[in-house]
Amino acid sequence: MYDSGKIIVGLIIFLALVTFPFYNNIGKVNAKPELKIDTPEIQKLPEQERKCVETKEFMRGGHMQLLNDWRDSVVRNGNRVYTNSAHKTFNMSLQNECMRCHSNKKDFCDKCHNYMAVVPYCWDCHIAPKEKKL
Amino acid sequence: MKTLFPFFAVIVLVLLVFAGVNMAGMQFLFGVVIPYAALAVFLFGVLYRVVKWGSSPVPFHIPTTCGQQKSLPWIKQNKIENPSGSLGVIVRMALEVLVFRSLFRNLKTELKDGKVVYGLEKWLWMAGLAFHWSFLIILVRHLRFFAENVPPVIKLIESLDSFLQVGVPLFYITDAVILLAVTYLFFRRVYIPQIKYISLASDYFPLFLILGIAISGVLMRYFFKVHIVGVKQLAMGLVSLKPSIPEGIGVLFYIHLFLISVLFAYFPFSKLMHLGGVFLSPTRNLANNSREVRHINPWNYPVHVHTYEEYENDFRDKMKKAGLPVEKE
Amino acid sequence: MAKLEKPEELIKIDHTPPKKDWMDTPAEFKEGMYCWGAKGKDLKILDFPNARDWSPKEEDWKLPENWKDTILEAMADRLSKYRSFRLFMDICVRCGACADKCHFFIGGGDPKNMPVLRAELMRSVYRKYHTTGGKIFGKTAGARELTLDVLKEWWYYFYQCTECRRCSVFCPYGIDTAEITMMGREFMNLLGLNTGWISGPVANCYMKGNHLGLEPHAIMNSIEGMIDDIETITGIRVNPSFNRKGAEILFVTPSGDLFADPGTFTCMGYLMLFHELGIDYTWSTYASEGGNFGFFTSNETAKRLNSKIYAEAKRLGVKWIIGGECGHMWRVLSQYMDTWNGPADFLEVPKSPITGTVFDNAKSMKMVHVTEFTADLIKNGKLKLDPRRNDNLKVTYHDSCNTARGMGLLEEPRYIINNVCNHFYEMPDNTIREQTFCCGSGTGLNASENMELRMRGGLPRANAVKHVRDQHGVNMLANICAIDRATLSASMDYWVPGVKVTGVHELVANALIMKGEKERETDLRGEPLPGKEGKE
Repeated sequence: MYDSGKIIVGLIIFLALVTFPFYNNIGKVNAKPELKIDTPEIQKLPEQERKCVETKEFMRGGHMQLLNDWRDSVVRNGNRVYTNSAHKTFNMSLQNECMRCHSNKKDFCDKCHNYMAVVPYCWDCHIAPKEKKL
Repeated sequence: MKTLFPFFAVIVLVLLVFAGVNMAGMQFLFGVVIPYAALAVFLFGVLYRVVKWGSSPVPFHIPTTCGQQKSLPWIKQNKIENPSGSLGVIVRMALEVLVFRSLFRNLKTELKDGKVVYGLEKWLWMAGLAFHWSFLIILVRHLRFFAENVPPVIKLIESLDSFLQVGVPLFYITDAVILLAVTYLFFRRVYIPQIKYISLASDYFPLFLILGIAISGVLMRYFFKVHIVGVKQLAMGLVSLKPSIPEGIGVLFYIHLFLISVLFAYFPFSKLMHLGGVFLSPTRNLANNSREVRHINPWNYPVHVHTYEEYENDFRDKMKKAGLPVEKE
Repeated sequence: MAKLEKPEELIKIDHTPPKKDWMDTPAEFKEGMYCWGAKGKDLKILDFPNARDWSPKEEDWKLPENWKDTILEAMADRLSKYRSFRLFMDICVRCGACADKCHFFIGGGDPKNMPVLRAELMRSVYRKYHTTGGKIFGKTAGARELTLDVLKEWWYYFYQCTECRRCSVFCPYGIDTAEITMMGREFMNLLGLNTGWISGPVANCYMKGNHLGLEPHAIMNSIEGMIDDIETITGIRVNPSFNRKGAEILFVTPSGDLFADPGTFTCMGYLMLFHELGIDYTWSTYASEGGNFGFFTSNETAKRLNSKIYAEAKRLGVKWIIGGECGHMWRVLSQYMDTWNGPADFLEVPKSPITGTVFDNAKSMKMVHVTEFTADLIKNGKLKLDPRRNDNLKVTYHDSCNTARGMGLLEEPRYIINNVCNHFYEMPDNTIREQTFCCGSGTGLNASENMELRMRGGLPRANAVKHVRDQHGVNMLANICAIDRATLSASMDYWVPGVKVTGVHELVANALIMKGEKERETDLRGEPLPGKEGKE
C-alpha cells in the first residue's frame, strides 16, 4: 500500500501553494510607485521653502506616526502647534497643512498605500480634498 | 551546550548579514541569490523527503483507534476517532492538522501521596496552536508583498489581524501571539526537567531562528523603519523573476530575509518536516476497516510454517489414543 | 531472583531525570527489571540466528562477529519496507506530550522509559547512518554510533515497552512507539537476543500449536477437567468437539485460558455458552493458540505462528471463526492476519446461527470477537440471564490496550457486563477506553524474574482500580485478555489486595440460566452464590 496517487495530489497542492506568488506575477511589469510632488501649490513656493515639516527620509517611514501624534495633540490636548527639528512651527492639520501642498491625494497618498495594500483610516473622519486637475 | 550552540548559530547568522550588507555591500547576495537558493532547496528538499517516505509502503493497517469501532448496528460508532470510511478519516485528519486533536488530550500525570493523579494540561496545546496559527496568518499576510493587486482575502485577513486599531502602523495581534508562544515553547524546554532532558540542539535551533525572524519583523514594522516600498519592489522583483535591489532598504530587512531563507533551507532536513509527515502518519490516516477490506502488503512473502501434516506426524499416536480424528491412520 | 520491595517503598518514585546527558549514561541492568535470555534450543526450533544459551547479566553476549553490520543492514531494509518506521524516525519534534503517558515511566521514573526517549534510542542511531546532519554533526545533531553499549541499552529498554500504544493516542503526529519497539526487537532477534519467556512459548506454539506447549491430549484433559467442574456446578455435561471436520464454526482462544485460574473460569464460560446455544463449533488442537508471542520477536515469526488459524479453518472446512478474549491476539487478528495469511476466501462472511446477524465488519477476515458475538445474543434476547448471581461482585472493567487502541472494541464487553452484573463501576476516564493503561506485563514481559518491572508498569492500572475499590467497594476486575487474567492478579495482590480478576465470559456463565440446570449453589469458582452462603 503506497497511496502514491494521494501523495502526488498532496505534493501538487503543496507546490501550487508555495509557487503561487510566482505564477501570479510572472511576466508582469513590476512598476514602482512614483510619487508626484509637483503640485501647483508646491511649485508656487519659493525654492528654499519647498520642504516638508521633517526630512524626506523621516517622513517616508514616520509620517503615520507623526500624523498620529498630531491627532492626539490636537484632539486630546488642544495643542495645534508643531515645532519641527529645525525649530520651525506648523499648524497641526492634515487637511489644512499637509494637503495644502500635497493637494494630489491620489498621486501622493494613495499611490503607495495602494501599492502596499495599506488602508489608513485617516479618511474615515477627514474629508478628502477634491482632486484638482493639474 | 544544546541551547547555547543553536543560540550562537543564530547570532552568527545575524552578524553575517550585518557585515555582508553594511560593510561589503552584498545586497544582491542576501536579497536575491540566497532567497532563490533557499526556496529551491526548500521545494526540492520537501519533495525529496515526501517521495522518500512514499517509497516505503504501509505494509500493515495500523490505525490507532480512539473510540468505539463499527461493529453491531445498535452500538454507536465513533465515526471520527475510529473511522471506518474515507469521510471519517478526512474529518479525523482535519481535526488533527487544524486543531491538534491528539495534543488536546494531553494530561499531566503526577504522583501525589502515593496516588497517580491526572491533571489538566492544555498549555502545550494552546501554545502550539497559537504558534502555528499565528505563523500561518503571518505568512499569508506577507502575500501583500508578493502581489501587485493584493487579493481581497489577504486584505481581509490583514484587517482582522489588526482590528484592535492600536498604534500606527496598526499593531498585529499575531505578532504578539507568536512572540509569546515561541517564548513559552522555549522556556518549557528549559524549565521542565523531562523536556529539557529530551531536547536536542535541533529543537532549540528552529525556536531561536523563528524568534529571530519574528523579532526582526516586529522591529522593522514598529521601531526601526525600513524603506517599505523598496521591500515590496525587491519582493516583486523576486517573484516576477526580474530581481533588482532598490536603494536604501535598511539592513534589518536583510537580516529578516536571511533568517527566513535559512529557515526555508533548513526545513526539509529537520524535524520541521512534521508539516508533511502528519499527513502520512499511518496511525491516523487509515480507516479502521482491516477486518472488512483486506489490506495488501506489497512485500508479503511466503514463510516457513509448521503444517498440520507435520503436527499430526509428531502427535498421531497421542491423538488417536485421545480419540481425536486424524488425516492418516 | 531480586527481592521485590514493599508497595510503600516501590511507590517512592522520582520522575526528575539526572543531570548527565542520556547519551552519556549507559543502561544499568537492574535485577527485577528484565527477563532471562533465550535458550539456544528454543531459538533453534524456529531457525533463529545465533541460537545459543546466553544471559543478559554477563558481559559477553556471544554475538556474531558482524553483529553491527547485521543490524545496520536490517535497519536500512526495514526503513524501505515500513513507512511507519521511516516516518517516525523523522518527524518527532520532542514536544514531550508522550512523556508521562507511559505506565513504565509513571511507575518507574526512568527517563528512558519516556516514549520519546525510548524512540530516541533508535533515532540517534538512525541519524548517524541515514541523515546528512547526523553524519556531519554527530552528537550535536542527536546522532550516535551503534556500539555494544547502545545495543545493550536497546535490549534493556525495548523489553521495557509493552507496545500498548497509549503514547500514540497523545502524539500530535500519531507516532507509535510500538512500531519502534517492534523494530528494535526485530533487529535484536537477528542476533539471537530474545528473552526466554518469549522464545520458549514461541517454540512451543510453533511445534505444538500453543504457547504452553500443551500436546493434543493435554488440551483435551484440561478441558475434560473443566467439563467435570461444570457438571458439578450446573448438573449439565457439556460436550465440546475437537478437530472436527465440517463444523460451522472454529473457536480459537489463547491457551492461557486452558491452564491456570482465573483464565480457566473464562474458558468454562465459553464451553457453557456454546453448549447452551447448541451451536455447531469445534476446537482445534493444532490452532490451539489465539495469542501470538511471535509478534514480540519479528514480523516473520508472527506470521509463521498466525498461519495456523486460517490453515486449520480451511482443513476443517468451517464457515467462519470465533476468537476468544485476548488482547494482543486481537491486535494481530484485526490488523495483521488478513494481510499476512489472507485472503480467507474459503470462509463465509460470519453470520450468527442464533440471531442471523451478519458481521459485516469482519467481512474479509471472517473472524468475530466473542464479545461481539455474545453482545448480539443478549441484544436479541437469546440468553436467559440472572445477573443476581453476580450480586456478590462489584465489577470494574479494564480495557485491553490492543482491543481498545488497535480495534475500538469498547462498548461490546461493557454491554455484556451490564447485562450480567448489577454492580458495575467505571474507573476514571483517563484510565479507560482509548486511554486505558497496560496491565504492565504485555508483549511477553509476564515472566517472574522481572517482577519489579511488572509491578511498576502495573501501578497506573492498579491505582485506578484502587480508586474504585475505595469509592465503590469494587472487588472484581473484569477484562477480555488472557495476559490480563494472569498478570493483573499479581498486580492486584501487590497493589490492591482484595480485588480479584475475571474474564467477561466467566461473568456471563455465572448469570446464564441453562436449560435443565440444577439449582446452582456456587459460582464457577466454587464459591457460594449470593444468598447461598453457609449452605455448605
